[in-house]
Amino acid sequence: MPQIEQLSEVFASQVFWLLVIFGLLFLVVGLGMVPKIMGTVDLRDQQISGDLAAAQAARDAADREEEAWRKRENENRTAAQGLIAEAKAAAAKASEAKLAAAQTRLDARLAEAEAGIDAARASAMAEIESVAADAARDIVARIAGAEVEAAAAEAAVKEVMAHG
Amino acid sequence: MAAEEGKVDPMKQFTIEPIFGHDWQLADGFNIAFTNSALWMALAAVLVWAFVAGGMKRQLVPGRWQMAVESMTGFIDDMLEANIGKAGRKYVPYIFTLFMFILFGNLLGLLPVGLLGLHPFTFTSHFTVTGVLAILSFSIVLVVGFAKHGLHFFSLFVPKDTPFLMAVFIAPIEFVSFMVRPFSLGLRLFVAMMAGHVLLKVLASFVIAGGGAGPALGAAVGIPSFVLMVAISALEILVAGIQAYVFALLTSLYINDAENLH
Repeated sequence: MPQIEQLSEVFASQVFWLLVIFGLLFLVVGLGMVPKIMGTVDLRDQQISGDLAAAQAARDAADREEEAWRKRENENRTAAQGLIAEAKAAAAKASEAKLAAAQTRLDARLAEAEAGIDAARASAMAEIESVAADAARDIVARIAGAEVEAAAAEAAVKEVMAHG
Repeated sequence: MAAEEGKVDPMKQFTIEPIFGHDWQLADGFNIAFTNSALWMALAAVLVWAFVAGGMKRQLVPGRWQMAVESMTGFIDDMLEANIGKAGRKYVPYIFTLFMFILFGNLLGLLPVGLLGLHPFTFTSHFTVTGVLAILSFSIVLVVGFAKHGLHFFSLFVPKDTPFLMAVFIAPIEFVSFMVRPFSLGLRLFVAMMAGHVLLKVLASFVIAGGGAGPALGAAVGIPSFVLMVAISALEILVAGIQAYVFALLTSLYINDAENLH
């Protein structure tokens, strides 16, 4: 086994060159390059997580914006509905008032007309009384041949009419 | 284990040959010649560097290469976070370097560069290499443990809520199992890599020896051996990844002990 046979003659050379070469490799690659490469990886990871966070923040902002818009929209809609209801109520009130005025006017005319009719009826009644009294006097004169005073005939007619 | 003429020595692949700097000395008796082992370590290191450098464009939307590099660092980062927690992040550079260096070393050793006349070599099949890596990891555990918890780190050997009588017996066992860690860590990788390569070489020697023994016997021995070699090569690629992962995973588990006592 050369590893053992040559041990005494190559030992120093093996250890020396290993320490020199491995030491150089450790200094140049291990300490010089590896931290930079790991730094690049860390930087990339940071960038990715930062971008993701920014995207999430933008999305949250958009959601909030939409929420606010929706709220405003709802408020506007309620306000519009309130205006419409108010206008409707005002219109209904106005038409009610107009109707009431028309009704009073109509009532007044109705009452007037009724009064006219009553008056006409009363005068017609009075006329009927006098005509009846005249007719009663004529009938009495024809049948009994007696002359009845106009006042007595009227009183008799009145009495009969009052009794129905 | 000298190779005889015409025979394949399954151990020859592990020999270390100096390429240049034969007489370089660190101190008296410490020869530091640049060997084929050092060359393959350097190749693995350059490839790891090239792989990671290809992912350094730092684009926000990564390309394929950058994605591959980031998935490797992310894999190590996830493993450390799962085993150690948030405090595991500071160990990513070390564990990543360790994992990639072992992984590329394992995979480079499997390349069929022998076809080009070169000597393929797997530096992770040498316990001098895996041992040093294991000791490095173990030292980090000790340094972190004592720096963070001081002498209280010794309570690692007494599991939580152990009655005193049991603790007397458990503590030495825990201590031994703790001290064995660098050996098991280094030996596991070394043995796994060496066993696979020896097995492949042995099967290859069957194919060659069978071919020399005539067409009938050659087909009877060579074809099944070759099919097995193909299958084991696939398995070795898996093992190369798994062993690198196990080394990094165990290191992170041991660091977890030091980082979060109990």
